[in-house]
Amino acid sequence: MKKDNKKNFISLVIVLVFLGIVLLLDQVIKPTDNMSMLLTVLQKGSVYALAAVSMNLLNGFTGLFSLGHAGFMLIGAYTYAMLTIPDAARADVYQYYDPAIRFSIPEVLSNGIGPAGTALGVLIAVIIAGLIACLFAYLIGLPVLKLKSDYLAIATLGFAEIIRAIFQWSKLGPLTNGSNLLKGFERTSTFKLAIGDFTLSLSTFVPVLIATICIWIIVLIKNSTYGRAFVAIRDDEIAAEAMGIDLAHHKMLSFCTSSFFAGISGAMMAMVLSIAQASNFRSAMTYEILLMVVLGGIGSISGSVIGAFLFISTSEWWLRGLDSGKWLGISAPGIFRNGFRLVVFSVIIMIVVLFFRKGIMGDKELTLEMVKAWPKNIFNWIRSIPKKIKSLFSKKEAK
Amino acid sequence: MLKIRDLRVNYGGIEAVKGITFDVPEKSIVTLIGANGAGKSTTLRTISGLVKPSGGNIEWNGKDITGISSDQVVKQGITMVPEGRRVFADLTVLENLKIGAYLRNDDLTEDLKWVFDLFPRLKERSWQYAGTLSGGEQQMLAVGRALMSRPEVLMMDEPSLGLAPIIVQDIFSIIRDIHEKGVTILLVEQNANMALKTADIGYVLETGRITMQGSGKELLNNEDVKKAYLGT
Repeated sequence: MKKDNKKNFISLVIVLVFLGIVLLLDQVIKPTDNMSMLLTVLQKGSVYALAAVSMNLLNGFTGLFSLGHAGFMLIGAYTYAMLTIPDAARADVYQYYDPAIRFSIPEVLSNGIGPAGTALGVLIAVIIAGLIACLFAYLIGLPVLKLKSDYLAIATLGFAEIIRAIFQWSKLGPLTNGSNLLKGFERTSTFKLAIGDFTLSLSTFVPVLIATICIWIIVLIKNSTYGRAFVAIRDDEIAAEAMGIDLAHHKMLSFCTSSFFAGISGAMMAMVLSIAQASNFRSAMTYEILLMVVLGGIGSISGSVIGAFLFISTSEWWLRGLDSGKWLGISAPGIFRNGFRLVVFSVIIMIVVLFFRKGIMGDKELTLEMVKAWPKNIFNWIRSIPKKIKSLFSKKEAK
Repeated sequence: MLKIRDLRVNYGGIEAVKGITFDVPEKSIVTLIGANGAGKSTTLRTISGLVKPSGGNIEWNGKDITGISSDQVVKQGITMVPEGRRVFADLTVLENLKIGAYLRNDDLTEDLKWVFDLFPRLKERSWQYAGTLSGGEQQMLAVGRALMSRPEVLMMDEPSLGLAPIIVQDIFSIIRDIHEKGVTILLVEQNANMALKTADIGYVLETGRITMQGSGKELLNNEDVKKAYLGT
């Protein structure tokens, strides 16, 4: 147990150092810099990392293959947006409707207790966003969780699309602004902390911090008795039931927890993009998140985080040049034009899947020992590439 | 005392158990033997709440527990070791044992010690994933996992299934050890010889009905049983 405490302490220190670095980068990098893409990647990456980890909690640990994630993120994003648009801006946002909600939580609280109220209000709105997503998950889960595997996937996918359609319904316009987007709410780019004369920019730090806290909570859930029960259900439902685990209750618990964090990641997405629009939350978004989970390794939390950040930084940053004519110093406007980035990106994903059949991390978690062994392992891995390529083209089934 | 009265179970239109009545007295070893499809496993699964009966009732210490959910059954002190081991392959041996005690909130140290004393092999391998254990070790883990719920009645569904004869001997001696600790045992077996040697009371099931009953010894010496199940 003492060893565990030491390990926990080391991970805590690493997380704090990471948060410190993010906070520093937030101050040093200006939006006009070349490196400002790094901040974008950190912001979007943390949104997707939380989404991927919460999906992994359900699909990876409990073994419930659900494809409704985008729907729950949409609920989170809209709830957050509706609750934080300042009253004065509402008329401008709801052009065609008479806004039903006439207050903004951050505004109300900041009138009451000053600037800290804004932060508190944002926090409360984020949590409410998660809770509303959780509530919808409960209602959808009642009929849907009786289904298994592919049928569950299809049913949740259907529900996610229904949610999107309902949010775009013009009759709900006073709440959701129909098929128009919501904007003008509290967004990360305006998050600042004034200490005396000095102003700290928090636009990247806040989403990274929220994602870190949420993922940390999910890690705690995974290591708790509930986490063990989830894995037991995935491994063998009958044995789990015979051991006294209430299947329906635990599946619902996992579904609602996963959706709660999906709702929070949706709220973060609204915060980062500074708009919320239902048409963004198509099933394609679910597939993107599923891709991150699979690339990182189904059943590995650190894998999902790595998968999310690699996915976002590759598609948003490292391959940008392929769309705009110049990449890695190579200038080829004929080939490197709009859309070529996606071609290269798809090829990269196929290569990764072929070489890492169980995802980058498999079902293991990132540990210090693993990082220490990296130099040796990477060397061995590179040495084995020719063999692997050969096995891909040989007729025999590769092991 | 566990009393089964006129228990009937349907799978779709097929009646797998056609009204069986038997008793499991406290601190005894009771065995149900019979051919494949006789309804032995179905009976256990019904008692443990995995399958709902279509008729009859199950009484435990004077309380009707017919058709209650499986977690409630475990709470009442009746735990089943499912057929075919069914350990949680992606959890370690220790985690498997902890899942066995899922419904308990008290200290597990003593029970873990007991299980590890019964199965020293499991202690050596407590950090190993259960999926990497051999068949015999998995069966031991399945029994140990069920014991972690601190059952008054342990129901075992074919614990000797697919195990080498020498390991079957081990398993049965462990069943006797567990019994000596005061646990009532309800055993379902194809290996009628071993089961009847171990049991105080035996019931023979044929196509959903009890056709014979008696003490283990009586059944072992019964000519019909010998012919049908002992192959002598």
